[in-house]
Amino acid sequence: MPLDPTRWEPVIGLEIHVQLKTKTKMFCRCENVWGEAPNTRTCPVCLAHPGTLPVPNRQAIEWAIRLGLALDCEIAPRSLFHRKNYFYPDLPKGYQISQYDSPIATRGRFSVPGPDGDREMGIVRAHLEEDAAKTIHVGGEGGRIHGAGASLVDFNRGGTPLVEIVTEPDVRSAEEARRFLGLLRQTVVELGISDAEMEKGSLRCDANVSVRETGETGYRTKTELKNMNSFKFVADGIDAELARQVELYEDGGEVVQETLHFDPRSGRISPLRSKEQAHDYRYFPEPDLVPVEPSPELVGRLRDELPELPAARIRRLEEEIGFDLALGLVTSGRDELFARVPGDDRRATANVLMNQLAGAGVDPARVNADELAKLIAARDAIPRAAFDEALAASGDEGFTAERYLAEAAITDEGEIDAVIDRILAANEGQVQAYRSGKEGLLGFFVGQVMRETQGKANPKVVNERLRERLRA
Amino acid sequence: MSADTAGIDTLRLTAEEAAGLLERGEVSSAELVAAYRAAIEARDPELHAYLHVTDDEHAGDGGGVPIALKDVITTKGVPTTAGSRILEGYVPVFDSTVAARCKEAGLPLLGKTNLDEFAMGSSTENSGFGPTRNPWDTTRVPGGSSGGSAAVVAAGLAPWSLGTDTGGSVKQPASLCGVVGLRPTWGTVSRYGIVAFASSLDQVGPLAKTVRDCARLYGITAGRDACDSTTVELPAPVELPEREDLRGLRVGVPRELNEVDGIEPGVRERVQEAIRLAEELGAEVGETTLPRSVEYGLACYYLVAPAEASANLARYDGVRYGHRADLNGDGDLTALYERTRWEGFGAEPKRRIMLGTYALSAGYYDAYYGQAQKVRTVIKQEFAAAFEDFDVLLSPTSPTVAFPLGDKVENPLAMYLTDVLTIPPNMAGLPGLSIPCGLSEGLPVGLQILGPQFSENTLFAVGHALERALGFDFVPPRLAA
Ligand SMILES: [Zn+2]
Repeated sequence: MPLDPTRWEPVIGLEIHVQLKTKTKMFCRCENVWGEAPNTRTCPVCLAHPGTLPVPNRQAIEWAIRLGLALDCEIAPRSLFHRKNYFYPDLPKGYQISQYDSPIATRGRFSVPGPDGDREMGIVRAHLEEDAAKTIHVGGEGGRIHGAGASLVDFNRGGTPLVEIVTEPDVRSAEEARRFLGLLRQTVVELGISDAEMEKGSLRCDANVSVRETGETGYRTKTELKNMNSFKFVADGIDAELARQVELYEDGGEVVQETLHFDPRSGRISPLRSKEQAHDYRYFPEPDLVPVEPSPELVGRLRDELPELPAARIRRLEEEIGFDLALGLVTSGRDELFARVPGDDRRATANVLMNQLAGAGVDPARVNADELAKLIAARDAIPRAAFDEALAASGDEGFTAERYLAEAAITDEGEIDAVIDRILAANEGQVQAYRSGKEGLLGFFVGQVMRETQGKANPKVVNERLRERLRA
Repeated sequence: MSADTAGIDTLRLTAEEAAGLLERGEVSSAELVAAYRAAIEARDPELHAYLHVTDDEHAGDGGGVPIALKDVITTKGVPTTAGSRILEGYVPVFDSTVAARCKEAGLPLLGKTNLDEFAMGSSTENSGFGPTRNPWDTTRVPGGSSGGSAAVVAAGLAPWSLGTDTGGSVKQPASLCGVVGLRPTWGTVSRYGIVAFASSLDQVGPLAKTVRDCARLYGITAGRDACDSTTVELPAPVELPEREDLRGLRVGVPRELNEVDGIEPGVRERVQEAIRLAEELGAEVGETTLPRSVEYGLACYYLVAPAEASANLARYDGVRYGHRADLNGDGDLTALYERTRWEGFGAEPKRRIMLGTYALSAGYYDAYYGQAQKVRTVIKQEFAAAFEDFDVLLSPTSPTVAFPLGDKVENPLAMYLTDVLTIPPNMAGLPGLSIPCGLSEGLPVGLQILGPQFSENTLFAVGHALERALGFDFVPPRLAA
């Protein structure tokens, strides 16, 4: 439920973890791969055997710089790794190697186009760290440690490279958070440094949420929402937390600083662990590593190699097809195909790409744009079923539109009228309802006619004829 | 007792002489190994310098001069305990870089030597497996933490060995056992596979009967290693020292390192004689000063080293290897950690983990760890200034000769003070060589020779010339036939 914008303003900061798809892990030579049998991608280093030492992955450092540059950050000429100390079975060394007060990238900004223009989100920092291993609690409830019969650790993920991005508290709504994430995800994918899939955990997002009264300039107490594993859950979680905080304040209560868990099934928010119990991580500079000192030449080369970023493309497309379609095409990676498809009706083309083509799960990179253009131009003249079938096949090797174009749709009004009459006669109740004002029923009649004609009727003609007949 | 198997006198034989015998085909590597094993069998029961003696399969048959390794040096297939019960039964699946380099150089492995638990200590009494005794006097300690590695060389149980030095753990036992020990420049020898104590200070160093043997072993082990990103390529190849004079050498005598409270008169006399000898050999001797390094070095060390240790020892949690407490199904994760670490660690690691955890805690970091790092910079600058005027600095290695077992066990601070002369240069990452320079009360005295970073060749040259001129007999009289 959206909160009253005249009274309350959301203040949201995001912490995003991006798992880099380097060939090997951050500090050892184990393969960095998802979904293999547990503990098959480990070595003495990532299992923290006595005496082992970390050796930084050059690719990970370059990619972190690449990401930092895409976020318009300053790249530190000298940054440090620290040890972050705490005990847990998923952390074999008893400390995580991470960057602390001297990260590789700082003070950036990321433009997020919106329907009412751009919003610039400040980036506090982006830093490199190693991921923890994965703990699996078996025999308990809901996979949590309490009551579990045993805990198992899979070290395959342990030591894989992560970049953590921290934004300023510049995000002003759940929807904006979602848009930011979508755009960041697409940026990361296009940089070629991560799969950035939330379901796999290669993109993770925590949100720091607070509200303040409109016009207030300070920040109020924030809470941290953890482990939301889809864009939708991030948005739903933020909305639920905003509502909770507003209700608290309106009832005269106070927000307590704590870490929260959002359960997407129930929509409920519950405390994860209180900050009072939070660890003292006893950070100190990692003596086993030397400072990261990228040369100006390297940073310059990485800057030159940056591709045009998604935000810029959204702004270009927006004029042509409107904001929503532009955002959709770019953040789904379909705008490249869009640019290749000729034809004057740009919005229609964008719609087909975003709806039918996306629905059919076709890889846009494999589509023959000219053939697709022919289909889109003829979309009203061929049966709906044939059109859908054609789109589903449009990514196949050697696909041509010709065969589908030959399947002319039924446009003969007489033929269609006959079907319409049969349907209206069989559904007198709905006809009465339509005529007494329930015009939403038109879709029902269209569906019936299309079914009767096995999708071959031209939907435009069907629509026109139905309206005509129902008016009588 | 000095004539061992095949006429090989392990008490006297240097590694260089052994290599000569091998080269000329006068003995085989297997005969050498057999001779040392016989010596171990005869003399180690009273010394307890070895924690593990290898069989033929694990010794390897590289054909070279055999070696002993301190038990913090990871050896594939051979137990490596770091002197701790928490690693009892741990058998590594990989070789440390130095162990691998010794193997490549053909050095058979005689065994693993005793040490203070996790290299924390100065007497080897902190070993989880019982103390080692000094070959010169078995009622006394061999020093530490590389006490086993020093004792095996002094007692002819290995021609040479590797130890590790964090606050003086190679130099000080070398001094107390009458052998030569080198602590190299930090970053010249790989720490990959060295059970970590304090990473920014730990360094592997050779112990041997002669400076030339030390230089040779340093040459085998030193140099950049891709598995340790803090290592560097040596700026110049290792040179075996030849010269027997010190002409043109500028020798500094830092007042504080030679006059600090607690230096025994006998130790001071032997060191002063050695300094005079250096002058006779042609060196130019002058006085210098390191006031802050000596005043603050020890305190600074006891913040930095425990802080790093508190993190380095966190991995011993009973989850993946080593000791795991038996909870009898009663207790949670925290109980597993607490019981495992309570049972597995001895008193000294526990003390240092607590010290270090405290020094790194929120609200204390700046006052302790942060401040110590700043002092470290001051110490580096002070040494750098001294090395503008001098090529090397001389001082005692240890303020005392070997002390009786049990003497300092109840007084950690007194034990810590035994490293007061070795810690300051270590804090600055500098190399140091300890050579025996005579006896006091019948026990060896060590001379510490310090140089700037990467000055090992100079240290070898100075050590070699003094060693020749001193003519010290490294065989403990009680063992000589
Ligand atoms: Zn690994």
